[in-house]
Amino acid sequence: MTDKNDHIANDVLFEWLLRRGDTALVLGHRVSEWCGHSPVLEEDIALANIALDLIGQARMWLGLAGEVEGKGRGENELAYLRDAWDFRNLLLAEQPNGDFGKTMMRQFFIDVFQMQMLKALQGSTDPRIAAIAAKAGKEVAYHLDRSADLVIRLGDGTPESHQRMQTALDELWSYTGEMFASDAVDRAMAEAGLAPDPASLQAEWQATVQEVLTDATLILPESTFAHKGGLEGRHTEHLGHILAEMQFLQRAYPGATW
Amino acid sequence: MLVTTNTVWQWLGEIPDPEIPVLSLTDLGVIRDVHWQEETLVVTVTPTYSGCPATAVINLDIETKLRSHGITNLRLEQQLSPPWTTDWLTDRGREKLRAYGIAPPVRETGAPSASKGRIARLTGQSDVVVACPRCGSQDTEKVSQFGSTPCKAAYRCRACLEPFDYFKCH
Repeated sequence: MTDKNDHIANDVLFEWLLRRGDTALVLGHRVSEWCGHSPVLEEDIALANIALDLIGQARMWLGLAGEVEGKGRGENELAYLRDAWDFRNLLLAEQPNGDFGKTMMRQFFIDVFQMQMLKALQGSTDPRIAAIAAKAGKEVAYHLDRSADLVIRLGDGTPESHQRMQTALDELWSYTGEMFASDAVDRAMAEAGLAPDPASLQAEWQATVQEVLTDATLILPESTFAHKGGLEGRHTEHLGHILAEMQFLQRAYPGATW
Repeated sequence: MLVTTNTVWQWLGEIPDPEIPVLSLTDLGVIRDVHWQEETLVVTVTPTYSGCPATAVINLDIETKLRSHGITNLRLEQQLSPPWTTDWLTDRGREKLRAYGIAPPVRETGAPSASKGRIARLTGQSDVVVACPRCGSQDTEKVSQFGSTPCKAAYRCRACLEPFDYFKCH
């Protein structure tokens, strides 16, 4: 495949690729904040490893986004030289870590979504997208295995861990609807056979989440209200702080290399 | 006169994996192809895990090795598809891992049938059995899904009581 896709405008494809890459990058950065702070050493190592996988996936998506855009920007320029309004990540990914339970609940929600999305993307008509999805899908399956397990163990654990997991669920629930709110970019991608319409993933997502939460003895909130905007560049106040930290070196010393 | 690709494979087989040096890059199964494109040697490498910090070092090691043999006209290509799997570890590599104290991946559990483990757990089935690389006992338990590198999980043997790394299936 060349850099010109027959069925879709490059800017639409670019926009969609940023959503994949930015969500992985921002979540990867968030998870990496646990490094040195986890409740036990094994969790510290596990979270650092998961962060590494996510940042690796972000590199693949952003690398391809840069190629598609064709303006000479690569993964580094896209990660370090854009401001908050140019980021296209899910609002859920930028939410603060909170306690360990909240981090796990956030991870679980995104893992289930990623898992389904990446599975569907392996059938993309663009072989580059299919290849990244196959690679990332194996890692996300492993992450999901772990996050689902921990949500169950903590939810169905002590009164204290149960309460914390229920609080995490209640706090984060309103950020999950954004994953399935399709817009023109999603519809164009779906029509071109490049990606699934995320709305089509919602029922299965909800069923898997419900299954795990039932085992975890947690109660799904009834509200269907969804915070949106991240995929169009309207973010919560938290993203600016992430970028300030992540992009410090490039901002202070533009073009620095070593 | 260009050196044969067989010779190149042999050289590549001498490069240790940066994180698990008992394994060579060919044991690991990350070299997918070696061929001459006219005067240029093209080596195709597939990454193990997408965020593996060793990937850059592996590429540098390949380049250094080939240059030391006088090959200056070379290109490294990255191939994502089909994705690397632990099923590509050679038998020799698996044996070297075990001798080194790392349990090799249980065969054919790295295939891309996603979320198998989670479903197995949710339905109460047990995980794969990992034998202790030290005493061979199958009475082992997982301590953590992740170990000292992204490719390993931490296990413990209930028979000889030693902790060990398991090269996880992927």
